[in-house]
Amino acid sequence: MSASIPTDSVGLVTPQSYHFDEPLELRSGKVLDVYDLTVETYGTLNGEKSNAILVCHALSGDHHAAGYHSATDKKPGWWDACIGPGKAIDTDLFFVVSLNNLGGCAGSTGPASINPETETFYGPDFPVVTVRDWVKSQLRLMDRLGIEKWAAVIGGSLGGMQVLRWAISYPQRLGHAISIAAAPKLSAQNIAFNEVARHSIISDPSFHAGHYLQNNTYPKQGLMLARMVGHITYLSDSAMRAKFGKTVTDFEATGTNFGRDLRTGKLSFGLNVDFQVESYLHYQGERFSENFDANTYLLMTKALDYFDPSVDYEGNLAKAFANSSCKFLLISFSTDWRFPPERSREIVNALLKAGKEVSYLEIEADQGHDAFLLPVPRYIRALTTYLKRVHQELAAHAS
Amino acid sequence: MRPEFGIIQNWIEPGSRVLDLGCGDGSLLHYLKSTKQIHEIGLEIDPDNMEKSIFNGINVIQQDLDRGLENFQSHSFDTVLLAQTLQALSNPAELVDDMLRIGKNGIITFPNFGNWKSRLYLFTRGRMPVSKFMPHQWYDTPNIHFCTVKDFDALCREKNITVLTRTVVDSQHQGSWAMKAWPNFLGEIAIYHLTKRSGSQV
Repeated sequence: MSASIPTDSVGLVTPQSYHFDEPLELRSGKVLDVYDLTVETYGTLNGEKSNAILVCHALSGDHHAAGYHSATDKKPGWWDACIGPGKAIDTDLFFVVSLNNLGGCAGSTGPASINPETETFYGPDFPVVTVRDWVKSQLRLMDRLGIEKWAAVIGGSLGGMQVLRWAISYPQRLGHAISIAAAPKLSAQNIAFNEVARHSIISDPSFHAGHYLQNNTYPKQGLMLARMVGHITYLSDSAMRAKFGKTVTDFEATGTNFGRDLRTGKLSFGLNVDFQVESYLHYQGERFSENFDANTYLLMTKALDYFDPSVDYEGNLAKAFANSSCKFLLISFSTDWRFPPERSREIVNALLKAGKEVSYLEIEADQGHDAFLLPVPRYIRALTTYLKRVHQELAAHAS
Repeated sequence: MRPEFGIIQNWIEPGSRVLDLGCGDGSLLHYLKSTKQIHEIGLEIDPDNMEKSIFNGINVIQQDLDRGLENFQSHSFDTVLLAQTLQALSNPAELVDDMLRIGKNGIITFPNFGNWKSRLYLFTRGRMPVSKFMPHQWYDTPNIHFCTVKDFDALCREKNITVLTRTVVDSQHQGSWAMKAWPNFLGEIAIYHLTKRSGSQV
C-alpha cells in the first residue's frame, strides 16, 4: 500500500458487481428484468451477521464511499470523513455496505448501460426509478449478502430519504435509521432548482433527446450548468464568503468583502471570469460534466422530486411511520438552506406523533447542505457516540 | 445518582412513556430506564449534554423549552418531568400547563427560594443569595424565575392543578419531620407530583 494513504483510511478497495435476474417491478409500473449493482464493502461481517451498516448515497454519489481505488487516487471516496477504522462509522466494528443505485452511472445498471433487449444504450428509455425502487433493490442485495437486519441504515440528503423509506417499507430489517440533512419531501423551491438543472441538460443541442451516446457526444454545457446551479444550493452564503474571500485576512474586512475575491486582481470590463466564485463554479461544472451521465442526473433529480412517503397515507407522515420499529437519529445543519433544520423537524415531529424513539440534533455549521460530508466536529462526535451505542447494543444482544 | 431520583422513581409506572424537559446528561432518564424500563424522550439544548445523553443511550431531541411544546400531542406521555429547570424558563406557568396537557401526570423539582438560608442571606446581607447550590450572581444567572413552595402552591390552586404529592428535601436530599412541618422554611428542593385530571389514576 502506498505510504500516501492515511492510516485511518480503509485503504485500497475494489468494487464488486452483483447480477440480479429476478425482475424488479418499479413504482412506475415498469419492470427491470435483469440488472447489476456495483457494491463496495468495508470492514468485516461478524459471525451473527449483525454488524452490517448500509450507507445510501445522495444525488451525485456512488458506491465509492471510502478508501482509494488506486494508490495514485488524489481523493478518497465521498464519505471518507466518516467511514474508516476509528472513524464515526467505524470499520473496526462494523461491516459497511455501499452501492451505486439503479439508474446510476458508476457501474450499476443505468441509462449508460446496454439494454439487453435492444443491444444499445438504454439512454432516455431507462425507466424512472424512485427512492422506493432503490430501497427494494437494496433489500435484494441485503438478502444476497445473507444479512437479516442492518444494524443501521445511514445516509445524507437523498441518501437520508432512502433511510426513511427503509424504516417505512421494511421496518423489521433495520435497527437504527440515521437520516442526515434530509427532508420529508421536496419544497416547490427545491423542485424549481431541479427543473432548471434538467432544462439546461435537455435544451443542450448535444442532448439528442437523450440518445447522445449513440451520437458519440454528451450535453457538456447542459450538465455544467446543472451542476453549477446545484452547487450554489449546496453552499451557504457564509461558506461562500469564507471560501472566496481569502485575500481579506482582517476579520472586519471579511464582512465587507462578501467573498468577492478577484481572479486576476482587477476587473476585466468584459464577459470574462472576474471573480473567484465564477472560476470555481466553472471548474466544478466542468469536472462534473466529464464524470457524470446526463440521463442519470435527470433520473436522480426526478427521484428527489417524487419522494414523498406520506402519499400512501393521505399525506400523513406520522401514519407512514406507524409500523416502523427502529430507533431514529435525525441530524440537520444550521446554514443548510436546501434542506434546512425545519425540514428535519417535520420528520422528528411526525415520528413523535407516531410515538417512535427518536433523537435529533441541529448542528451549528457554516458549510450549508454540504456540511453532512465534512468533518464538522460536533456532528462527527455525535455520530461516533451514537454508533458506539449501536455497537454496544449488538454486543449486549449477542451475549 | 442524585438522591431525588429515588423519590421520583416511586412515581413512575414500569414500562411507561416519560418525557424529560431539560434532560441534561440524561442520567435521570437512564436511571429510570434501568429501574422502570421506561420509553423515554429527553429535550435538551446544550450540545455537550446532548452528547452525554446519547452516550447514556437516551433518546434526546434538541429543542428549546422557551419556544413551547406545540409539537407534542396531548396525552402522548404518561409522565412529563421538569427537574431543576422551572426557574430557568421564560414562561414557567405556560410550560406547566403544557406539561400537564402532554402527560397524564407531571413531576417538577425546583430550588425553594423560601428556604431559611435564602431568607437569612437576604435579611442579613441585603443582597441576592449566592450559595454553593445556587452559585450565580443576579446578572448572569440562568435562573430568572425563582419561587417558593408557597408561591408554587398558589400557582397550582390558580390553575386547578391537583398536587398528588409534595415533598421537600435539603441539599443533601434528606427529608425530616421538621421539613414536613415547615416545608417552605426548611426545604431546599421542592419535589411535586402533579396532575390536571380530576380523579385520575396515575
